[in-house]
Amino acid sequence: MGSEPSGEVYLPDSVRTAVKVLVVGPFAVGKSTFVDTLSEIEPLHTEETMTRDGAVVDDLHGITDKTTTTVALDFGRRTLSDRVVLYMFGTPGQQRFLSMWEDLAHGALGALVLADVARLEESFDVISVLEERGLPYGVAINDFSSVDIPSHEELREAFDLLPEIPLVTCDARDRSGTARAMISLVEHVLASPFQHAQESA
Amino acid sequence: MSPPRRRDRESLVRPYLITGGRAHPTRNTLDLTTLIQATRHADPALLSPEQRRTLRLCSGGSLSIAEIAAHLELPASVTRVIVADLVDEGHLATLSTEWQQHGPDRELLQEVLDGLRALR
Ligand SMILES: Nc1nc2c(ncn2[C@@H]2O[C@H](COP(=O)(O)OP(=O)(O)OP(=O)(O)O)[C@@H](O)[C@H]2O)c(=O)[nH]1
Ligand SMILES: [Mg+2]
Repeated sequence: MGSEPSGEVYLPDSVRTAVKVLVVGPFAVGKSTFVDTLSEIEPLHTEETMTRDGAVVDDLHGITDKTTTTVALDFGRRTLSDRVVLYMFGTPGQQRFLSMWEDLAHGALGALVLADVARLEESFDVISVLEERGLPYGVAINDFSSVDIPSHEELREAFDLLPEIPLVTCDARDRSGTARAMISLVEHVLASPFQHAQESA
Repeated sequence: MSPPRRRDRESLVRPYLITGGRAHPTRNTLDLTTLIQATRHADPALLSPEQRRTLRLCSGGSLSIAEIAAHLELPASVTRVIVADLVDEGHLATLSTEWQQHGPDRELLQEVLDGLRALR
């Protein structure tokens, strides 16, 4: 605390708009690594206090431990043009966190679901929640090179993906692979006829 | 290898996009990605230490709420309250409201896409 960040800490003055993508998935699937790879700043950490029903607490008083939980978030940033910056939030996908997504998902462009072929099923709940939430998503299989990767067809079948949902394989440590995963999500959002319905009310 | 399946095709229910107007607990709640910029100088004597630290940080350039929280090592919830007060007092201003108010727009998405493509 106390020391002033300098240099590239700040956004270029011309930047006016932030877009947000959640990078979600089970424990140790590579969320932080993915965010780190694409981020232009050292990944940062903060914590969000949420009530059980997913609302964000923005009152400093009257909070009791029984009704709130703290979620640690790590995030990174990438300036994409003169005026637009992308924020990526690594978001825990375990069952007990799923109810806390309401605010995180609010205003998000979409989510990338990371999955590990050795434990695909650990990413299922997250996908179901995203569908219920109506948040556009793509799936990125993080290639840990330990197991043979099933065919994309088998993977789509396993995740029960609609044909338009992007599915890519990537190495979370690799710049172009993670960029490609992000691109597939944004292309999907652009192609989606629903995009203007989101959060407009 | 035959991977496990998320659910049976037979029981397929696809609530693909339903949530439209979700109720927000607080109007104008600052998002983690709301961009903040310092506007005018404040009399330090009138500020709390936390407010002073926040203003000092923000005087260097624009940052998101999430970054302010991270740099000040404060929970996001606390940061939101501090920043909201400073915005109300006119010491800070929010920049990124477009997206949050109107949702994704095509031009913006295309700009995001072009920026990502340039990274590869
Ligand atoms: N071989 C390989 N290792 C990876 C890859 N991505 C991440 N790892 C490693 O896997 C471990 C977990 O990665 P993290 O990025 O911390 O995963 P996480 O999802 O953020 O984990 P939690 O936040 O603890 O849930 C780390 O040791 C990474 O170095 C990958 O694509 N290939
Ligand atoms: Mg992590």
